[in-house]
Amino acid sequence: MASVTTTPTSNGAALSGAVSNRSRWLRHGLLQQLAALRWGIVALIIVGWFVYYPIVDNLFVSTTTQDIFTGEVAYVGLDNYRRLLDDPVVWRALTNNGLYAVLSVVFQVFAAFVLAAIIEGLRSRAWRNFWRAVYFIPSAISTTVTGLLFYFIYQPDIGLLDALLHLLGLQNLSYTWLGDERTAIYAIIAMSQWQGFGYSTLLFTIAIQKIPRELYDAATVDGAGPLRQLFCITFPLTREMTGMMIIVTIAGAFQVFNEVMVMTGGGPNNSSQVLGTWLYEQGFNQNDMGYAAAIGVVIFLATLTTGLLQLWYTKRRRVEA
Amino acid sequence: MSAVVIPAGASLRNPWLVIGKGVLMALLVAAGVLVVYPLIWMALGGFKSNSQIFSDPFALPDRWSFDNYAAAWNQGVRNFLFSSLLVTVVSTITTVFISAWTAYGLTRTQMFGKPVIVGFVLGGMMLSPTVALVPLVQMMQSLGLYNTHWALIILYTAFRVPFTTFLIRAYMLDLPRDLDEAAMIDGASEGQIFRKIMLPLCRSIIVSCIILHILFAWNEYIFAMIFTNQIDVQTLPVGLTSLMAKHGTNFAEVFAAMTISALPIVVIFFFTQRYFIRGLTEGIGK
Repeated sequence: MASVTTTPTSNGAALSGAVSNRSRWLRHGLLQQLAALRWGIVALIIVGWFVYYPIVDNLFVSTTTQDIFTGEVAYVGLDNYRRLLDDPVVWRALTNNGLYAVLSVVFQVFAAFVLAAIIEGLRSRAWRNFWRAVYFIPSAISTTVTGLLFYFIYQPDIGLLDALLHLLGLQNLSYTWLGDERTAIYAIIAMSQWQGFGYSTLLFTIAIQKIPRELYDAATVDGAGPLRQLFCITFPLTREMTGMMIIVTIAGAFQVFNEVMVMTGGGPNNSSQVLGTWLYEQGFNQNDMGYAAAIGVVIFLATLTTGLLQLWYTKRRRVEA
Repeated sequence: MSAVVIPAGASLRNPWLVIGKGVLMALLVAAGVLVVYPLIWMALGGFKSNSQIFSDPFALPDRWSFDNYAAAWNQGVRNFLFSSLLVTVVSTITTVFISAWTAYGLTRTQMFGKPVIVGFVLGGMMLSPTVALVPLVQMMQSLGLYNTHWALIILYTAFRVPFTTFLIRAYMLDLPRDLDEAAMIDGASEGQIFRKIMLPLCRSIIVSCIILHILFAWNEYIFAMIFTNQIDVQTLPVGLTSLMAKHGTNFAEVFAAMTISALPIVVIFFFTQRYFIRGLTEGIGK
């Protein structure tokens, strides 16, 4: 830094001195900058190569059809997208992803918030930790395991759910939950909520813990009951977390894949298909890579929108703070 | 304790509050049972005989035998477990190291174009793996990495570096600069400061990141399913579904395999809760 102190003058010698000085600085600085870049280059390469590039490449693939056997690639323009608009399964999948989003917001944001408020209202710290951990366990386990588990639980006549209905004398409610077009997607979503709500409960308990205790003490002195405290302190002061959770949950709902794949594979008759599984079906079972890529673009747009929403939300929050 | 001294004590006498509390406790316990019972049923299923699983689903096993667990283990679970372990351990090391390295560069060095790099790397958090699937398959095939553990290690690293860097960077930003500046004046190189000062200072967030990554890698399914197709490369989540396809009628064995697959992660979660929660707090709370 200190090397560029020479000021340009009309003196030729000083000028040339400044030039050689500058070029030395440039050479030195360039080397230094290149050396400094080593701290960023590894992440740039690996993330650029394996995350960004394939997502951009996916746009190109989506304008082609590819013959898996001959390896021939043909440019077809927007054909895949036209096909997308006419594909009833795509609309079905979008509806299912939307259902996923709505129900997940209800259970993983609002129900989880209530549960978190109850847990944090407990006097004993040990019990608070205990309940948080208990609810979280399913979230630690892979969706493959929980999906398979619920596949068994939902089995008609032999599964746990039907056994429970029999025990309660409700055997006429017993049903082929995953085998019926009307119920399959709901059965899958129910499993997801079972698995996911402990995770958001945990996050909400973290947010609630950050609220200063004095606020509650003051409210108690003022005679505010627990419900009043919930609505006037806990809820407003965790609003940021709630907003964030809604966005993250919706983003997650458009990326659903595992549980649908494991439990129904999108069936019966495509009734539980979501965008992710339809992409998989088209790309890897039907070998229609171009069309699969076009479905990928739809998922990309959905997640990008929610991602930008999230960014805007955090930015705004930080400005307000 | 005769007179009511604390107002809160008085409110306890209010019957509505007592009833309300009772209802809440009941809710807590009911939700707890709902969450845990299916998992207990799964673990017990591994001990039962196939017929007992369905004849009396709520009963305890007739006899506690590890036969199903042993059979599942020999049916391929051993291979899957090994693959999962390998992929998880290696990708955890690469992810956390690259992320700490990058985070250091982004917070403490004179790196050129920092804001752009921050935006680029952290922006990767927004991109979903599903979207990249089709090109990635072609890419991995042309790299000759298809159906190898490397494919998974590379992808887990690439897709988790943004999030992990984000966590470690946030932590480093909050660390006081006194120590590393003092070391710089004493003539320590950037590499030495990174290794000897920053890494030890960041120990707790690094532990959190390790745990979050283990949780991710152990359970990942899409990549593992698409990029591996042989029993000796498949990880547990994928292996389970292929086991199910092959031995699906032997429910007890599948239950045992599922339990073996879930157990390590539940144990890890219980022992490392503190760090795990800290990682989440750092990530979400900022």
